[in-house]
Amino acid sequence: MLKKTIAALGLGTALLAGQALAADYVIDTKGQHAFVNFKISHLGYSWLYGTFRDFEGSFSFDAQQPESGKVKVTIDTASVDTNHAERDKHLRGDEFLNVDDHPTATFESTAIESTGENTADITGNLTLNGITKPVVISARLLGEGKDPWGGYRAGFEGSTTLRLDDFGITRDLGPAAESVELILSVEGVRQ
Amino acid sequence: MRLRNSPNGYGLITIGMHWIVAVAVFGLFGLGLWMRGLDYYSPWYQTAPDIHKSVGLLLLGLMLLRVLWRLYSPAPHVLPTHGRATRLATRFGHAALYLALFGVMIAGYLISTAEGRPIPVFGWFEVPALITSIPRQEDIAGLLHEYLAWALVILSGLHALAALKHHFIDRDATLVRMLGRERN
Repeated sequence: MLKKTIAALGLGTALLAGQALAADYVIDTKGQHAFVNFKISHLGYSWLYGTFRDFEGSFSFDAQQPESGKVKVTIDTASVDTNHAERDKHLRGDEFLNVDDHPTATFESTAIESTGENTADITGNLTLNGITKPVVISARLLGEGKDPWGGYRAGFEGSTTLRLDDFGITRDLGPAAESVELILSVEGVRQ
Repeated sequence: MRLRNSPNGYGLITIGMHWIVAVAVFGLFGLGLWMRGLDYYSPWYQTAPDIHKSVGLLLLGLMLLRVLWRLYSPAPHVLPTHGRATRLATRFGHAALYLALFGVMIAGYLISTAEGRPIPVFGWFEVPALITSIPRQEDIAGLLHEYLAWALVILSGLHALAALKHHFIDRDATLVRMLGRERN
């Protein structure tokens, strides 16, 4: 009993310390230094790139304790843009993203594991098309430091590969296009 | 046969445009319904929408000419057997057909041009984008295009039923006039 209490206290202190050290960042969508992109094979011959124009998010990060970090991103699915009106209309429809029923997609981290200098695996829950599944984003710290305007910034890029049918997207685009790579490339401004 | 309309009957140009539009409307409706269900690997996946858009834009051009022609060469006198109610219904029916026709074609145009791309017409020429800044333009225009297309074929069906009613029940010249016969 006593042991457990002490252990709990110790853990609590460690968590508090972690939170105290980790700084909170807001993803810089205002200055547009952040992108939620995706790419999918076209017939196995080329990459089709697309982006979600509207999203918001935040993360907490401490270079000394990457495991204590957290990430949360909310995406407006109707803002999907592949630079082709008819395709975007199709992507918003019920064969793909169902944006009228599921206007947002979210990612929220549950655990971060350091995998090397400046790299980490971010495990979290991705909700897309109304379906929530755990995914692992392999992320890299691109850089951090003071910006020229009195602020402090940190930038990351991470990607994960999703099977379309895992998220209820069953439209057949051919054998080379059964999965899509989601790429988050974001800069956060420390609060 | 005369090209222009006379007080007693339609001329060749009005009759020709009427039936071309009729065939095009039902053809485009069927093509539009069918192409939406095409598999990504279908050989028609790209050509069917290209044909749909090309024919649709040519039809828009034809409809503009048709309106100009109607001003230049007015329709024949209404049949004396048509009463007040019939004349009023005809007027509303035709106005609704014209509105639905222009509406469905403009909405279709606004889908494909929403991102600023022109629409090629059979590779002969391109129709440029004019309006591109409406938020979610392709989605709104797409919904309008679908509803207006259904409205148009339903109105066209009623239009055809009305013509058949005039022919078989009222036994007047409404339908045969549009087939080229003059009132005696």
